[in-house]
Formats: sequence, structure tokens, C-alpha cells
Amino acid sequence: MKPLEGLEDPQGTVFDFKRYALHDGPGIRASVHLKGCPLSCLWCHNPESQEFEPRPLFRPDRCIGCLACVTACPEGAVSASTAGIRTDAALCSGTGRCADACPSSAREVCGKKVGVGDVARQILKERVFFEQSGGGVTLTGGEPLSQPEFTVSLLRWCKSRELHTALDTSGFASPSVLREAIPWTDLFLYDVKTMDPDKHREFTGVDNEVIISNLSSLAATGAQIWARVPFIPGFNSDGEGMRALGKFLSGLPSVRQVNLLPYHSAAEDKHSRWGMAFSLTGLRPPTEHSIRAAAAVIEGFGLKVVIGG
Amino acid sequence: MNERIERLRRESFETRPSFSAERALLETEFYEKNDGKFATPVLRGMNFKYICERKTIYIGPDELIVGERGPRPKAVSSFPELTCHSVRDLEILNSREMQSYSVAKEDMDIYRDRVIPYWRGRSMRDKAFDRMPQKWTDLYEAGAFTEFGEQRALGHTALDGLIYRKGMLDIKRDIAEARSKLDFISDPDATAKDDELQGMDISCDASIIFAKRHADLAQEMAEGESDPARRAELEKIASVCRWVPANPPRDFWEAIQMYWFVHLGTITELNGWDAMSPGHFDQHLTPFYERGLASGTLDRELAKDLVSCFWIKVNNTPAPPKVGVTAAESGTYNDFTNINLAGLRCDGTDGSSEVTEIILDVLDELRLLQPQCNIQVSARTPDGVLKKAARVVRHGMGYPSFFNADVVIEEQIRVGKTLEDAREGGTSGCIETGCAGKEAYLLHGYLNTPKVLELALNDGVDLMTGKRVSISTGDPSCFKSFDDLYEAFERQLDYAVTTKIEVDNYLRARYAECFPATFLSVVISDCVKNGKDYYAGGPRYNTDYIQCTGIGTITDSLSAIKKHSFEEEAVSLAKLVEVCGKNWEGAEALRLSMWNKTPFYGNDDDYADDIMRRVYGSLFDAIDGRRSILGPTYHINMLSTTCHNYFGKMTAATPNGRFKGTPISDGTSPSHGADRNGPTAVVKSLGKMDQVKSGGTLLNQRFLPSVLAGEEGINGLVGLIRSYFKLGGHHVQFNVVDEETLREAQREPESHRGLLVRVAGYSDYFVDLDLYHQEEIIARTAQETV
Repeated sequence: MKPLEGLEDPQGTVFDFKRYALHDGPGIRASVHLKGCPLSCLWCHNPESQEFEPRPLFRPDRCIGCLACVTACPEGAVSASTAGIRTDAALCSGTGRCADACPSSAREVCGKKVGVGDVARQILKERVFFEQSGGGVTLTGGEPLSQPEFTVSLLRWCKSRELHTALDTSGFASPSVLREAIPWTDLFLYDVKTMDPDKHREFTGVDNEVIISNLSSLAATGAQIWARVPFIPGFNSDGEGMRALGKFLSGLPSVRQVNLLPYHSAAEDKHSRWGMAFSLTGLRPPTEHSIRAAAAVIEGFGLKVVIGG
Repeated sequence: MNERIERLRRESFETRPSFSAERALLETEFYEKNDGKFATPVLRGMNFKYICERKTIYIGPDELIVGERGPRPKAVSSFPELTCHSVRDLEILNSREMQSYSVAKEDMDIYRDRVIPYWRGRSMRDKAFDRMPQKWTDLYEAGAFTEFGEQRALGHTALDGLIYRKGMLDIKRDIAEARSKLDFISDPDATAKDDELQGMDISCDASIIFAKRHADLAQEMAEGESDPARRAELEKIASVCRWVPANPPRDFWEAIQMYWFVHLGTITELNGWDAMSPGHFDQHLTPFYERGLASGTLDRELAKDLVSCFWIKVNNTPAPPKVGVTAAESGTYNDFTNINLAGLRCDGTDGSSEVTEIILDVLDELRLLQPQCNIQVSARTPDGVLKKAARVVRHGMGYPSFFNADVVIEEQIRVGKTLEDAREGGTSGCIETGCAGKEAYLLHGYLNTPKVLELALNDGVDLMTGKRVSISTGDPSCFKSFDDLYEAFERQLDYAVTTKIEVDNYLRARYAECFPATFLSVVISDCVKNGKDYYAGGPRYNTDYIQCTGIGTITDSLSAIKKHSFEEEAVSLAKLVEVCGKNWEGAEALRLSMWNKTPFYGNDDDYADDIMRRVYGSLFDAIDGRRSILGPTYHINMLSTTCHNYFGKMTAATPNGRFKGTPISDGTSPSHGADRNGPTAVVKSLGKMDQVKSGGTLLNQRFLPSVLAGEEGINGLVGLIRSYFKLGGHHVQFNVVDEETLREAQREPESHRGLLVRVAGYSDYFVDLDLYHQEEIIARTAQETV
């Protein structure tokens, strides 16, 4: 698709485009996953999305040993030995030729540079579902605000086509970037992990100061916000942490609901599938009882709580 | 569910289907005495009456709605005049693992001593197979198509509101009037019409007698009943059965019993494909429901009990046992009664009501194999009805299915029905569109489109046997372009369709001549007025369907050929055909390339979807408007029932990476595992098919239960259905069950006897399916969400 009329066609790195997404805002949605995140939450269930650059992935269980990838790589990054297929990350620049050549889909490249027009074309295919269900488009990640030009252009394009937009963000972005997105965003899905700065740093790698101040200023504009709180045992599952969150969020009138997102053990599988270290090994998902108790704490502040979503 | 319904349900669920020779024996007795003495329609009417006067009448404890097809619940009659089972057939029925019917020794003796000696060589099937041309037999035996008329009466019929306005006595008056108007001077068909009308008249009497025998038995049982409550019920049953079907029903109870007597009559007279359906049952019952509430003679609870009792009655009628190819193509106890809910009234207003909700509640509570139930979703149907139905779907039994009422109406208008008649129409069987109460829409069999492609790729030779079974259309090495190959496919298609229709027309004429359906004809407009039988052009509308199967497999195969052989020239067509012949032996990398690197149907990819449109167009051109004995009445239909499994077994490896003998795609669904972009992409692909030009399409979707969790899940499902229908979809149905549950059911069938799954246009008990069908269900792509 050509660059859109009156709009630049900036490039972005996208690692997934999900259709029939039911938990990223109202209705049936298409969610555009942008690659790269300034946070590295220990429980991340999209760990392959953390890096900003495309990343080759290999699924040994699918490999039939045909060596088409070895031949296809123009950089000599893929080699075969008795130990199996090896990819030298230092040599790989992410051309994706190996994935193209692989007959069994054992090789994929996570992340692709695309234009706004490319994504727009995918989105348009889903329009009927948005219209029939009150759905729309959700930009998520990674962190969409880490690719501000692409994100804002895509949001603007969506609004030019009368599509409902949601932006799923960690809030870890410069205030000016966030401000740019506001006019084109119908709903913010804003992640708030904890009010405790030390814990936040320990578990996500970044300070929560800018996240909290961004949320306050966003709320002051009257933007619609669903606060998304990951519920992680041993991190923010204690009553005190929930009370602090509830207290803060209830002071922001444009927070329409709080989505409590219980930790899912898929995170562990995902880390191991992509060969990444996982420091919460063996962490069990929270019990139904503890989730309800946490919800009750937040509800105690007069907030609407939805579990999941 | 109250205790009464629970007991009746349990009895129905637990009773093993059995075979009864009673009807066959009565039929044999009657034909021995009377064959040759009367004009055929008169003979058939008398035969029906003979059976109604003599068959065993059954009224069970707790029943409110009465009448069984056989002498007891779940006993199934046979129709030796159409297919005369051998003793060996009966032994197989009795002992086979799947879809078995218990056959008593006594019944086997009756068959050996009385039925077989008379009917062998006289039955329709025996006579028909003697006449089949070799070219038909070659294609039939290769699995290129099946033939519905070879062992079971052609059919497919639902009713409109006529029987709630007119009793059999009223219809007899209409018959008398039609006879009085016959013009023996200038109408050369007057005698034939008079015979037919006489046969119809006798059939009306037969059904009145049948009901009266139930009334007498109920009265007798009432007199011996010590429990006053049950005595009152039996007296009510007696009074209902004295009134209907002779007269039009006066209340809700009589309305249901009226339908049930007519239903039983049509499945006793013959065993048409498929069993009778009531059409828009909720719309038919609504006036009786409202009147009952207003007069205080009915409440919601009693109405629900009556509907439940009816439901159990339908479940008590398993399909007549099949043999040979027909058993393989339709291996199920389900006899395909399919109830339409909601939709539009004739005047174009929303047809849903409180009765719709009652029926959905019954469906949800009883969870029985039969009857099937569907929601006709119009743009005018409230979301609330759709949501309620979605909640029932979430329970995972595959019911109800969803139809696009507006497209179903459009399909009918395209073929010349009036707007009002089209609105009264709907779908029956699996997904077949028809004008309820006014149309004979006969299914003639399935067409194996991937097999037709196989013939085009092999110059008319069956790859499974190496035998030449079709015309020569060239060797693969001589196809210089994709279009050359496509042209060969179209020539093979034309040859297969023509060969099939020659036989279909022959069988259709035979039914009209030998087995007029004189009872069915009295409830289908305008048979009485025209003085013509259901099979002979009596109905207001007449349609012949050929069901085209495997559009996913053929599309993906053509897409693979186009891309890899003609565009990228990565593998020559000759080589591809060669490895298909060897079932991909030694060519796994090539097979995986075909499977993983080809644009497939079901992903909203125009590359594949354009090929699908082209194939669909070819099927339409090859079939639509072909002539039967009644004119240009052939149309396409896109269902497969379970035939995609039978066809899969008969089809060699296909260029899309499919192995020999594995199922081809079902209905208009994508190939199993080929849809990789979720349900929205699937329905977008399907939306590119101009479905209005068919008599129905079928989309199976398997969802993991988590996808339907919560209100988001329900709203998502409703949004998906609405979207598909906005795109012009005809039908969609959902299996909501995870693989783990299905695997567990395979391991422990006994504890999963009640697990209903959607098979293809109908649901079946998972543990009643053979392993092949079970694996096929598991192989369907499970749609997830994020």
C-alpha cells in the first residue's frame, strides 16, 4: 500500500498482528504488537518482544534437518554440526531468508520492519468485525510509545477511518510523546504495576516515577483510561500494595475500570521456548481466592474491577 | 428439568437403538396380497393405511406427547421396498462397533423367511443397480460421487404452518374438490391425477386411524390407572389424539401432537432423506402459547414440559440403518430433523418470541442427539436472542447452529420463490435451504471435487487403483500453463456431473413412478391442488441439489500447483503428480513446502481465495440450471455431512501436502490446519464466496472453551456471527471443546457418553464416532484468542 494521503509512511518494527483479540479493549479488536520495550518485567509473557531489533527464532521440534537454512543465509550465520543447527547472532542481521527457505516453519523471524500503510491494509481487512462488535484497533507491544512516530501515525490513520483506537502502554515514555498520542487515542490501557519505587525498579528494571506522573497528567486531560494491573504473587499481591494502587487510581476520575491481570505460567514456557533466562521459575499462578481478595481491595476504593482482559 | 422429563430423557438416552422388522413384515403382507391390483398411488396410500391400522402402538409411562416410529422407543423400521437388507447386513448391524442396532433373532427370521424372499430383486436398490451404466459405476466406485437415491427415498422436507390451520378432514375436503375439478376430456393426466388424489385421500384416513388407535390405548390405560394425576393425563392424551390430526389443533398440546403425528406419518410411509422437520417451530407454536397463557390453560412450565416430551420423541427415532457407501458417507444415528428458530415472519417482522427462549432452554437442558436446532439470524433478530443462543453454544454440544436468515431468503428469491414463501422457508437437514411446506428439495449425493482434480492431473485415471475411470484430458506434462490444467479440471467436472445427473434423473423418475409419497404430498403445497405427487412435480417449488465437497482441499491444491509449479517453477507438475501418487514418500521437504509455503483458503488471502471463487464458479456453472425431469431444477449445495471422511479415504495424496486417505476439507470450511490467522480471517475468506448462488454452505469452527469465557467471549462470538452474516455467510456452527477433553473421551468413552460434538451440519456423540472421525474432529484448527 502506498503511503497514506497526507501522511508520512514511517516504518516501525512489529512482531505480531493478532485478529479476534477480545481482551485488549472493548469488542473484537485487531492488536498490533510493536517490538521493543524499555522495561524488562520478570513476568513478561512476550519476552521475545523486549528487544527492539528483529530476532531470528528456531524451533528445533519442527526441524527436519534439510539444511535449507544453511544454504539460504547470505551472511553465513547459520551452521550445522552434529550438535544441531546453530545461528550466530553476531553475524545475523535479520534478513529472514532462512525463514523463507525453511519448509517446516522451524525458523521464524520475530519482528519485521513495516510501514504504517502495511499495517493499515491488515487492519482494514478486519473492519467489519470492529463495526459489528464495537471493537477496534489496539496498539500494544513491547511499548508502542517507544516508536512514537509510527505509533502516532497509525493512530491518526485509524481515526481518519473512524476506527476506535486503544493504546496499551507501560507509561514509560517522555511526556511529550504521550501528549502527541492523546488526540488520536480513544482508550488508554495503562499498565500500573506497583506504587513502590524500589520494587518497581527491582522487578521491571525502571523507575515508576515517570509512569505515575504521566498517568496523572493523562487523567487530567479527561482521556478514558483502563488501568491494567498485573497481579504477580510475591510482587504486588499483598494487601498493602493493592491498597496503595487502589488509593492512587481512585483519585483519577477518568480511570473507568481496573483490569486485574493474574500472572500466567505461559511466561515461563515462552522464556524457555525462546531460550531466554527466567528468574521466576516455578512461580505458581495466583489462586482464585487471592485474586478475588485483591479485587475486593481495589473495589473498596469505588473502582470497577474486571479480572483478566 | 423436572423428574418426569429426567426419567423420559434417561430412558431415551440409555436405550440402545434396535431394529424392528414389523413394518417390513406388514409391507410384505400387504404387497403379497395387493401388488398389481391398484394404480401405484392408490396402492401406496393403502399400504400406508395397512401399516397405520396394524403397527404396534406404544404409550410409555410419563409421556405427554405420544407415538413412535417403531413398536418401542428407538426401534427403527426398515423399508425393504427401497433397500432389502440381507441377513448378513442385519448381522453386521447387530455386531458392528459403531452405529450398531440390536437385531432380535425373531426379526432376522422374519427377514429370512418372509421379507427377503419377496423383496429380493423387487426392491428399488436391486432394480436400480442392475440399470446403472458402466461409466457411472466406474466413477461411483472410485469415490468421485455418491448417490442418495440408491437406498433411501429422496427427500428433504420441512413443514410450514398449514397443519396448524387445517386438519386431515379439511385436507380431505380439498382433495375431494380437486378431484371434482378434474377434466377428463382435455387433460391427458386427469386419470393419473385422480389416482394420486385417491392415494392422498386414503393417506389422510390412515393418519386419523393411527391417532385414534393412540386415543383408544390411552383411554384404556386411563381406565386401569390408579394414580389420579396420571389418569387425567391419559384422558387428556386420548382427547388430544381424537382431535388431531383429523382437525386443526386448538391448543399448545394439540399443536405439538399434530406435528408429531404428521412427522411420524411421513417417516412411516417412506424413509426420505432427511427425516421431516417442523420448519419455524417457534413461530408455529407462538399463537397457541399466547392463547393458552391468556386463557389460563397453559403456563411456561407446562409448555416447556410439552416441548421437552416432543424433543425426547424425536430423539427416539434414530436414522434407518444404512448399508455400503451410504453408511460410510453418513455414519450416524442422527436422522437430521432440524428445527428453525427466530428468523422472520412472512410479513417481514422478527420471528423470535418467548417460545424461542423456551425451546433454547429445552435444548440446553436435554442435550440429546436429536432434534437439531438452529437460529435463523436476520438483521432484525434481537442481539438478546443471539446472546442466549451463544450461551448454549458455550456449553459445547455444537447446538444451536447459526444461519443467516436474510441470505437464506435471498437464495430462495434467486431461484424464483416469492418473498413471503421465502421467509417461511429456512434450512433443514444440515444446512440445506428450502421453502418449508412448499418444496421438494431433493439431495442427490456428494461430489468429491479433489477427486475430480486428481482425475484431471492423471488423465482420467484413478490414482488409488490405477484404473481408468473417466475421460482422457491430457497428461500433466502437456499442461503449459495453470489455465491448461484448469481447463482439464473443468472438462473432468462436466463429465462427472453429467454422468451423475443421468442416473439422478433416472432414480428420480423411478421414485415418482414406483414410490409416490401420498401422505407427504397432502402437507406440501400445492400437491393437492395440482393432483401431483411430491416426487412428480406436485409441490409449488422443486429443486435438485448436488452437494459439492472439499472446496478447501481443491483450492489449496490448485494454489500449491499455481505457485510452486507454474509461477516459481520450483517443482514440475509432473513431478508433483508423481510424488502424490507415491503418497509423498521420500519427499517430506517438498510436502512441507507445499503445506507451509502456499497461500491457503481460510486466511483472507486473495491469492487462494480467488482460486476458491474460480472453483466455486465452475461448480455453479457445471450444475446450476441442469435439467431434471421437471426442468432446470439443479442447484449446488456445499455441504459434506461426514462424506469428507469417506471421500478422503478414496482420494490419493493432494498437492496441498495432504496425505492419501486422510479427510478432505468439510463443507466450505478451510482444510484442517490450513487456517492459520484465526476465525476472522476464516470468515473473511468464506465471505468472498457468493453464497447466495448456492442452496447452502457449511462452516465448522472449533473453539477452545477459553475463547468463549466471560462476557467478552459471548460478545465476541455474537460479533463474529453478525460479521460473517454481514459478509454474506449462510451458516456457521461451533464446537467448543478442548483437545484434552476429546483425548480423555477417547481413553474413557464410558464416562463421556454424553459428550456431543459438532460433526458436520449436525452433532453426534463423540464416543459413537469411529476413530477416524474422532481424529478428524480433533484435527480441526482450534481457534484461540489473545
